[in-house]
Amino acid sequence: MADKKKEEQEEVQFTPSGTGIRTNGQVVRSTELPSPTRKKHKSLGLSEEDVVDMFELMYLQRRFEERAMQMYQKGKFGGFLHLYMGQEAISTGTAYALNDDDDIITAYRDHGWGLVRGVSPKAGMAELYGKVTGCSQGKGGSMHFANVKDHFWGGHGIVGGSIPLGGGIALANKYKQNGRVTASFLGDGAVDQGVLHETMNMSQNWNLPCIFAVENNGYAMGTAVHRHSVGELVDRAKGFDMKSAVINGMDVFTVYEKMKEVAEDVREHSNPWFLEIRTYRYRGHSMSDPMKYRTKDELREYEELDPIERIKGYLLDNDIIDEDKVEDIQDSVEDTVMEAIDFAEESDFPDKSHLYKDVFVEDDYPFHT
Amino acid sequence: MAELQFREAIRAAIDEEMQQDSTIFVMGEEVAEYDGAYKVTEGLLDKYGPKRMIDTPISELGFAGMGVGAAMNGLRPIVEFMTFNFAVLAADQILNHASKIRYMTGGQVKIPIVFRGPNASAGQLSATHSVSYDSMYAHFPGLKVIYTSEPEDAKGLLKSAIRDDNPVLFMESEQMYGLKGEVSDEEDFTIPIGKAKVKREGSDVTVVAHGKMYHVAKQAASQLEKEDVDIEILDPRTVKPLDIEAIVKSVKKTNRCVIVDEAHPFGGLAAEVGYLIQREAFDYLDAPVQRVTLPDTSAPFAKNLFDEWLPGANDVIEAVNTVTYRK
Ligand SMILES: Cc1ncc(C[n+]2csc(CCOP(=O)(O)OP(=O)(O)O)c2C)c(N)n1
Ligand SMILES: [Mg+2]
Repeated sequence: MADKKKEEQEEVQFTPSGTGIRTNGQVVRSTELPSPTRKKHKSLGLSEEDVVDMFELMYLQRRFEERAMQMYQKGKFGGFLHLYMGQEAISTGTAYALNDDDDIITAYRDHGWGLVRGVSPKAGMAELYGKVTGCSQGKGGSMHFANVKDHFWGGHGIVGGSIPLGGGIALANKYKQNGRVTASFLGDGAVDQGVLHETMNMSQNWNLPCIFAVENNGYAMGTAVHRHSVGELVDRAKGFDMKSAVINGMDVFTVYEKMKEVAEDVREHSNPWFLEIRTYRYRGHSMSDPMKYRTKDELREYEELDPIERIKGYLLDNDIIDEDKVEDIQDSVEDTVMEAIDFAEESDFPDKSHLYKDVFVEDDYPFHT
Repeated sequence: MAELQFREAIRAAIDEEMQQDSTIFVMGEEVAEYDGAYKVTEGLLDKYGPKRMIDTPISELGFAGMGVGAAMNGLRPIVEFMTFNFAVLAADQILNHASKIRYMTGGQVKIPIVFRGPNASAGQLSATHSVSYDSMYAHFPGLKVIYTSEPEDAKGLLKSAIRDDNPVLFMESEQMYGLKGEVSDEEDFTIPIGKAKVKREGSDVTVVAHGKMYHVAKQAASQLEKEDVDIEILDPRTVKPLDIEAIVKSVKKTNRCVIVDEAHPFGGLAAEVGYLIQREAFDYLDAPVQRVTLPDTSAPFAKNLFDEWLPGANDVIEAVNTVTYRK
């Protein structure tokens, strides 16, 4: 009797096992990509020039991070470095779909978001280097890109922390009746923070003009989505009677199409939306991640769906530009990124007095000693 | 004696305790299948299985509170925070619940839980990832707080913390996990909670330093030695209950004191120790007590500012010079 009880106890397992490492190599897939849109640029209301610009902007984000990674590995700067590579269709599609004065806020995987929202490659690279010429004056680093004048309210380092801030920005917009839409981005891991649910409830009840958009990239650090969250993420909306959709985040047209439709609905009806955008993170969580929790095959599969290769292919297949032009664009992006590195290296560190700058609004605050 | 890394010493403490008490389990972010964000719990999933090594979602408030509930109901949880900077999200459960339920129910429950993880800063991780929280928790009745500096202390005190029938916060440092030190291999080696240790005997100045700052004080000691200043380093190890007797005893010998603390200056351990010394040993002091702390500003990202922000050996030397009137 006692033995039987013991046997039963040993079968107890709380968190489900993961992707391959403890399941005899079996991979339990985290996310299935919904189909991308079939529409071509014209029927989406995009000009040929727009599509070329989208490609350039996505390529810029990619090269910026590839070079940043090299500089990090050379020891040029410290801190965390969370790379956005693989997810660029989301930032780019969103930036094109929203008005320039619509508000965007996100978590710490924020380089791409900065670059699509007015953080120049120079100011971005300088921030990574902790230089005073950085977009946050070297005070925030990789996780805290921000450009508030262009309605980018920053990267934020505490998982879930930015979610209610997005709700609050939307509250202020509704209060001021200025017609602006807020897009509050979060990772799949942040879905598990209680604050998302508190914020969704209030947002729905108060009819806030806010889009809560999950960038579901399959993993929260080393934990696959199905190990940290039950059911489909998008279904979180049901309990709040919130409008919702799940979309393919590896295709910039799809993101653009849905974001535009959603933003128009939010603007017209002042109601929140919950979006699950499925994507994939190519690199480790941060720079010191051995990535044992996923298989190389899985990574390769998504790399073959690369959003940048996809739009490049579209440009070529539709004879919008030719190979030479693609190369010109890539070369000029490369130059821009290298100039940004030079700029960051040559820039000054913040002055010692900046240690106490911007703690408070006033500059004569009597600091405690 | 065995030489262990800090992380190995912590792991050994958890392992030894888990082995002899099946009500002990570990939960936290990435503790099981990932083997720990800082590899502290490496191998424990293989050994104890998924029932006792539980990966949690990023739900600090929820899993900290579930730990408290499980402790009330007879288990002995070890809840890992990826850092105490993220435990801020769980503060309600630690401060309003873990610390108070026994008291409010007239002693009907006990809450044998350990909250552990790295504390304070770990390089350029910016403002939200760099705060030292030991003093803040020590402010609250009903919580014991430990912040150790060396592998042996970590092992001995963590074992005591796990055996303790009260909520204990056990703090570490990302930057110390690789640090090696001699650890007693005496069977069932423990160190009692609430006992400081004089780690360097000296006659000129008492330097009180714990956690990462102990190593800063040690560096200062070797430089000061060259200048014939002989400091005594006392590591409180436990912040609450604080071994003020040991501190006072040392101050009565040296008549001078510097406290080094990686927290902001207002209302921290340094303030508390300073107050207690003036109350208990006022007549023995040959100079006002000095403290070395973080400035009253958050951690900047930029390397130059961060280095300026973090207390270093030179700051300690300067404070020692002040209390010895050497400058
Ligand atoms: C409150 C809090 N807990 C834990 C962490 C440590 N942490 C940083 S990122 C991360 C994973 C987040 O995953 P996800 O939300 O999916 O975003 P992704 O990294 O995939 O972009 C964790 C656990 C943190 N920064 N804040
Ligand atoms: Mg994720």
